[in-house]
Amino acid sequence: MKNRTVLPNLYIGVLLALTYVPILLVIIYSFNASRISSMWSGFSISWYGALLRDRSIFDALRNSVVLATLASVCAAVVGTLGAVGMSRVKWKANGAVEYISILPIMIPEIILGMVFIVFFALIGIPFGFPALVVGHTMFCIPYVFLMVKARLAGMDKSYIEAAKDLGASELRAFYDITFPLLRPAIISGMLLSFAMSMDDVIISMFLTNAESNTLPLKIYTQLRTGVTPKTNALCALMFAFTLLMGGLSFWVGRRAQNRD
Amino acid sequence: MTENTRKARGLRAIHLTVLPIYLTTLLFVVGPMAYMIALSFMTRAERWGVTAVFTIDNYINIFQPIYLNTFVQSIRLALLSTALIALFGYPFGYFMAKLSPKWRKAVSFLLIVPFWTSSLMRLYGWIIIFRANGTLDGILMGLGITGEPLRLLYTYPAVVVGMVYVLVPFMIFAVYSSAEKMDWSLVEAARDLGASRLQAFLTVSLKLTLPGLLSGVILTFIPSMGLFFIADILGGNKVVLVGSVIQEQLMRSRNWPFAAALAAMLMLMTTLFIYLYRKITKVKDLEGLL
Repeated sequence: MKNRTVLPNLYIGVLLALTYVPILLVIIYSFNASRISSMWSGFSISWYGALLRDRSIFDALRNSVVLATLASVCAAVVGTLGAVGMSRVKWKANGAVEYISILPIMIPEIILGMVFIVFFALIGIPFGFPALVVGHTMFCIPYVFLMVKARLAGMDKSYIEAAKDLGASELRAFYDITFPLLRPAIISGMLLSFAMSMDDVIISMFLTNAESNTLPLKIYTQLRTGVTPKTNALCALMFAFTLLMGGLSFWVGRRAQNRD
Repeated sequence: MTENTRKARGLRAIHLTVLPIYLTTLLFVVGPMAYMIALSFMTRAERWGVTAVFTIDNYINIFQPIYLNTFVQSIRLALLSTALIALFGYPFGYFMAKLSPKWRKAVSFLLIVPFWTSSLMRLYGWIIIFRANGTLDGILMGLGITGEPLRLLYTYPAVVVGMVYVLVPFMIFAVYSSAEKMDWSLVEAARDLGASRLQAFLTVSLKLTLPGLLSGVILTFIPSMGLFFIADILGGNKVVLVGSVIQEQLMRSRNWPFAAALAAMLMLMTTLFIYLYRKITKVKDLEGLL
């Protein structure tokens, strides 16, 4: 029996290791002393210093973080309300709205970017930050909505009924019972939204203007026009941040599981 | 809105909860989509913008060999990437479901971290690997397998590797969520009744994990039709996809009606492929979408 699991486990191990090779290489080269990133010429942390002195990268980082925060918060509100509401208000259009509302993550991103740019120009949403917030919110809503909806489906409705039997109002029952039970799903949906927003290239490329560069756009430009180890240093720091976020969401998920 | 007004309105207040999603969906999904389709039938204005003169020229233009070719290239790349992703991702997700719960958690964490890492950073890693005298050349030449740099960067294989690498987690998670729920005793039953390992896999396991495989295929095929920046970064300008053409028409040529027609066509193709695929595989429910 032992033998039979060796190969599958080896397969998983090798593929996982391969997954990390490109990431590790980027991090390793961030400590490269040479300016030409393809030549290794000794260890140095000078690029991290150069990174910290680069204002434009800081601006891009700030833009990205603010944008991702706003988009995931808006998505959390709309998505949660929508999922909870649709479980209670049985309107005929619910099915159609649900299907259409998750379209933004179901169609190729380029199409979404294309429809946003022409439509925003039509109705006059200014490009740059306002357009970015609307655009990102729209592709974040489905993540929250689907996660909350899944959680609602698996929820024991008798708690809410019990609360109501004991005299709790609709709102009270929501605050005391439904919301705490949904919280892990909302948080995971928001974290996923945040990550997706922080990583988005295509939609942002279309909706941005000269003043509101985002971090992925900045990196994208550098990858196309020429990179320095400063880009590596930036990527390495972002990776550290992702690890932190990943650990956090893992911890949130674990706590939710333990509670069930 | 305050608590009081909500309470005062009683039951009707609950209707307000669905309003945001109804409104945003209508305004920012239905509206833009409808406008894209309308735009694709409009005429480009002489200098700037569009005029509302009906035409189907934009669609006819797509059939010029130069544009048709980008569609063919995009579909070919998407099909090839999806097939490779299924090939590599399916066994991974399937084997992963067989691990002990502790290891499953560890492996899914190790998968999520790169998945959440900026895809640009991961692609940058492949630039380092593929470029002339880069990591891969270093290893191959060091081992004496090749005598000179392979110059893989800015080639078709490099783009395929990039696509597979970025999208394979979708497949793994979709297959895994299907395989995890599977009743393994059915496989044992098949084995007890005399089925070989392969027979048991084909008749039981594969069938039961098919929904996962299907949603994995959809989840990878759809984005792969539009991920033009991977082709841009790893393929230089050698691999031109529909996405790049749409972007160019939008940002540089400023021919919005044509860009809209291209996007509508891409949307149609994607939907068609998925429809056909579902028809052929006859699976209805999607699994592991998230």
